[in-house]
Amino acid sequence: MKKTIYLLAILLMSPATLGIAQEPTETQIKFFESKIRPALTKYCYECHSVDAGDSRGGLLVDSREGLLEGGDSGPAIEPGEPDQSVFWEAITWDGYEMPPSKKMPDSVIADFKKWIEMGAPDPRVREILKFKTKITSEDIDKAAKDHWAFQPPKSESGTSIDGLVEVAIQNAGLKPSPPADSFSLLRRINFDLIGLPPTPTEIKAFHSAWEKDADAAVKSKIDELLNRPQYGERWGRHWLDVARYAESSGSRNFSFPHAWRYRDYVIDSFNDDTSYDRFISEQIAGDLLPTKTDEQWQKNLIATGFLAIGLKHLDQKNPRIFTADMVDEQIDTMTQAVLGLTVACARCHDHKFDPIPTDDYYAMAGIFRSTKTLFGTKRIAQNHRAGDLLLLPILDENVSGGSQSVAELKKRQAALKQQIASMGGMRKNKDNDNAKKELKSLRNAALRIQGQLDTMNPDGSTKTFGMGVQEADQMVNANILLGGEVERPAQEVDRGFLQVLGDLNFQTNSQKSSGRRQLADSMTSKNNPLTARVMANRIWMHLLGAPLVSTPNNFGFSGVKPDNQALLDHLAVRFMQEDWSVKSLIREIMLTETYRRSSQYNKNNYAVDPENKLFWRANPRQLDAEAMRDAMLALSGNLDLKRPYGSAVSQGGDGKTAAANINPNIPVRSVYLPIIRDEVVEPLKLFGFPDANISSAGRQESIVPTQALYMMNGEFVSTQAQQMAASLESKYSTTNEQVRNAFLWTYGRPATDEEIQASVQFFKEFEPVQQATAKPALNQQSSSSQTSRRRTGGRAGRDGGRRRGQNSQEPVAPTTNNQRLVVFCQTLMASARFRILN
Amino acid sequence: MTTINRRQAIQTITTAFGSVAFAAMTTKQALAAVQDKNPLASRETHFAARAKHVIMLFMNGAPSHVDTFDYKPELIKNSGKSNRTKLMGPQFKFRQRGKSGLWISDLFPNVGELADDLCLIRSMHGDQPNHPTAERAAHTGTGQFIRPSIGAWSTYGLGTENTDLPGFVALGEGGRGASAINQGSAFLPARYAATTVNTGVGSSGRSKTRGRGEPASKESVPNISNPVLNSKAQRTQLDLLKRLNQEALRQDVYQPQVEGIMQSYELAFRMQTSMPQLMDLSKESEQTKQMYGIGEQTTDAFGTQCLMARRMVEAGVRFIELGKGGWDHHTDIKEKMQSHCQSIDKPIAGLLADLKQRGLLKDTLVIWAGEFGRTPHATGSGRGHNNKGFASWMAGGGVKGGFSYGSTDELGYEAVDDKMHTHDWHATILHLLGLDHERLTYRHAGRDFRLTDVHGKVAKEILA
Repeated sequence: MKKTIYLLAILLMSPATLGIAQEPTETQIKFFESKIRPALTKYCYECHSVDAGDSRGGLLVDSREGLLEGGDSGPAIEPGEPDQSVFWEAITWDGYEMPPSKKMPDSVIADFKKWIEMGAPDPRVREILKFKTKITSEDIDKAAKDHWAFQPPKSESGTSIDGLVEVAIQNAGLKPSPPADSFSLLRRINFDLIGLPPTPTEIKAFHSAWEKDADAAVKSKIDELLNRPQYGERWGRHWLDVARYAESSGSRNFSFPHAWRYRDYVIDSFNDDTSYDRFISEQIAGDLLPTKTDEQWQKNLIATGFLAIGLKHLDQKNPRIFTADMVDEQIDTMTQAVLGLTVACARCHDHKFDPIPTDDYYAMAGIFRSTKTLFGTKRIAQNHRAGDLLLLPILDENVSGGSQSVAELKKRQAALKQQIASMGGMRKNKDNDNAKKELKSLRNAALRIQGQLDTMNPDGSTKTFGMGVQEADQMVNANILLGGEVERPAQEVDRGFLQVLGDLNFQTNSQKSSGRRQLADSMTSKNNPLTARVMANRIWMHLLGAPLVSTPNNFGFSGVKPDNQALLDHLAVRFMQEDWSVKSLIREIMLTETYRRSSQYNKNNYAVDPENKLFWRANPRQLDAEAMRDAMLALSGNLDLKRPYGSAVSQGGDGKTAAANINPNIPVRSVYLPIIRDEVVEPLKLFGFPDANISSAGRQESIVPTQALYMMNGEFVSTQAQQMAASLESKYSTTNEQVRNAFLWTYGRPATDEEIQASVQFFKEFEPVQQATAKPALNQQSSSSQTSRRRTGGRAGRDGGRRRGQNSQEPVAPTTNNQRLVVFCQTLMASARFRILN
Repeated sequence: MTTINRRQAIQTITTAFGSVAFAAMTTKQALAAVQDKNPLASRETHFAARAKHVIMLFMNGAPSHVDTFDYKPELIKNSGKSNRTKLMGPQFKFRQRGKSGLWISDLFPNVGELADDLCLIRSMHGDQPNHPTAERAAHTGTGQFIRPSIGAWSTYGLGTENTDLPGFVALGEGGRGASAINQGSAFLPARYAATTVNTGVGSSGRSKTRGRGEPASKESVPNISNPVLNSKAQRTQLDLLKRLNQEALRQDVYQPQVEGIMQSYELAFRMQTSMPQLMDLSKESEQTKQMYGIGEQTTDAFGTQCLMARRMVEAGVRFIELGKGGWDHHTDIKEKMQSHCQSIDKPIAGLLADLKQRGLLKDTLVIWAGEFGRTPHATGSGRGHNNKGFASWMAGGGVKGGFSYGSTDELGYEAVDDKMHTHDWHATILHLLGLDHERLTYRHAGRDFRLTDVHGKVAKEILA
């Protein structure tokens, strides 16, 4: 079988490869050694040899393989054909100009011509580097048998979540905290499922239902919220953390104007409760899954955006390094996200902790080397690695193009090209900085037009693009790179997966497919011991405030073994039994006593288990950035629950992303705010939004003074407080009622006596400040229009109807002159009780 | 040792709530009290620290070493000669400066005056030939992964001396230099990340031209002041906030997060006074401002940053990073180096002299560096990237003055003697702060991480 494949490989080789396969004759060697090698050494090695540690343009000329493989511009030498050899063009300064400083003497150039015509006989065979892994198959077998996470999860029938938690608590001699009261529980359920606080009406309704039948009330509330579109926005965002979702490249930060389609796909998938195995398959190999409709195909293609939205080093001049880094990023994100394994550690050496030899890494790398990653980014000179985009089958009606016609653009482009040609190349003008600058701007102008043309159909309509992957034109195996360095390739390895996963591993050499489909199948197989566990752990973490495996992206040897593995396994088994339904598992967990416990402190329990590893109480949690911001918008009545089309980044178009132009105060849900790498907007960044350059295992809770400054002085917060106060005023006439309801809205429960007393004191002592210097945001309308607005604005309060103007960018903002009430509302938003979920 | 229990400590802090004291808590008892509470409080070092503060002057874009601090007679001799490439001698004259006779080019006439305080490192080298990755490596030890920056590691290791201010501050004019990764905390707790203070931009992030010599805008720290409420009104507001939070604490019995939030408001409230005070240069004498070149067109911006840095050192900030970008001189290197160096030479010299005259230089490590250097040969009218050999310097805080360490080859291409890799550089900086780079670890994802990974050697020869 293997032989056939090799034979096929030889047949598929280019004539160039075959030509060189002949041994050079003695005369040829003599010619090479006396004329060619010294010239290459003298003129080229500095920038194109392993010894110099440089392979500019991806080209190495220190071996015959290097010359034949070539670099950025394809094979450097076409044996026998100087005219078709890029190398020849370069040394004759025809197109390229090499060496850059000065042409080689004519006699040397003549020697090269003669040599290429001879068939470029070259005795310099690249030293075949050999990588020998130190991880033996016995090591792998042993790990597969011994390491907890590689054993299939098992759960005996009759076990339950509560049962497993209970046993652990009892064994430690602890007493679980009592159930939470209806108010805390509703607030918890609301934020956990939809990331928003319950409205006063909802609080009251839930409370009376609870009085009748608490269990039924909880169950129906959970079902109701799971079916709201806000559920997908909440849980989709959790996955977007893991998927390091962002709308720019990082590094030089070119925008990804089509990334948002992947964001919406994720949100929709959670709302549709797409089975998790399907969800993962779509993201890894959606383009290869069979589909019946264009809609489904479109969706599957967008799903593969998962592989394309990662950090891109667009300033990388060496295409081989760029590709190696991109593939590495894909393997790293995918294996951490789905398997909880840090496979990418094996890029430069065998994995230090896990039974993952470097060979396995390159087996997977081959799959992604055989995959085209379509991430786009604007083609301008500063972008060394712009790529193509994924053309989507269904035209998006919302996408509109420019006003110019295709013909017009082509004409302008032709004119520019002619102008560039007439000036000669960059090297010709190398000492003329002005000419260089002009050339650069001309080239950029031409590239810009090409960029426009690329987005248009011949009839002038605009194409619809997404980000994602496709199978490459040619399937290749990857060579192991010693130390991860592209200049030190060792032997090739067949494409495949991880040996430690036994039967799920596969090997392929196929010329027809990359192996990505098989990879997706192995990743999502019910026999995969990791996939269900990893996701179950994430779901548990989001609901209970702490994961069972405290390293959610690392289930390997250097990860942390779960204290309650039986519980994790039970969740994983249930997850698979329920056909990988995320909603089912969420429901099952939320209906437990464990979930419904209060966060009540217990001194004795705390002394034994201060970290609450046994879940003897509910973990008090900080609201994350999105929940904080959305909750404030909800309190003010400003929140626009409609999903916006696209994102601020897509509206900004291709090019460098200008964070300064993005307004974080638009009243959409936070999941729709633009995510620009390294320049995350203030309200998200301040409250622990993760670094979008890497897969994030979970939010870091932080408390820093800059957050406090934001809550005390930030314009966004004061605007929401202003409108919350106006809304309270419009609904309730007495301060007493306003205050009591303000507590109900922000804390989700009636105020305590002490809270009322503190408020009374505040209203007595607070001396309003003349607002002559107030910012326009606080004084949006004149007082006359205010009254009328308030009247109309007050119609709905903060339940139901959101006060929206015609134009969604300009909410009709009610205002109030009651500064006491405004400051009071802001203080409630700033207080710990609002920010912490009990 | 007198220990104050948690409850008392909270009492101490919460009763201090609302006070506007600028001075740090200085008594040992107070420090001990907050140690448990405030993760940023001063901590014991591994061994005696030579420096208590760091001012890192980072030059994004990679300034040429052969035109500034790496004197190469052979390059001068062979300038214009071309073998494979055309060598380009330094564009400015080098001369020996100070008693020590260090060779420094005329690009730094004022810094040159202080040659006897400088410790040149002329054997720097790193792994990354491109800007973003090299900048990251210079800050975090790796260009490949997301890791905590050296400022975050230092603050994590040492804490801060002033509870009214953050421990790590990044000053910048916005744009490059203020990068989430380069000044970030990565997996270290977020409190160790830099608080960014813009000395030349408004909160919108758009560049705002500050009048020369004017104090930095109040918007330097986002949300530092309330647009409506005066301090009295805000005080009443914060009293309500305190009472509500205390009620939360009473209900929950024990709740570190509520305590943390209470502390953060306390620090924030104090920062409202301390930060603008710190940023207000109006009390600085004309003479001092002149030393930094404040008020002169070319030096005003960087001079202001340098003076801020000194004020932060005085106030007890542990790690201050500031910088200047735009050193990527592929073309017109002569003109560009002239104008760039002019804008920083006087401010840096002013900073060193001012720290010295106030007795602060001995405790403050000043570092000047870019992410790499440039090629000794020309690329047109400029120079290319060179990560295999370049120069940086340190001054103050425990390093030898008037000293030169290591060297590149005779033309300046590669570090050859006493090579100082980025990891060695980091190890040495931590050592000067009293921290052992092999022991300063943080457990993350199941393993102990270090700034220097598994590398790094302290350059003992440069220690005073």
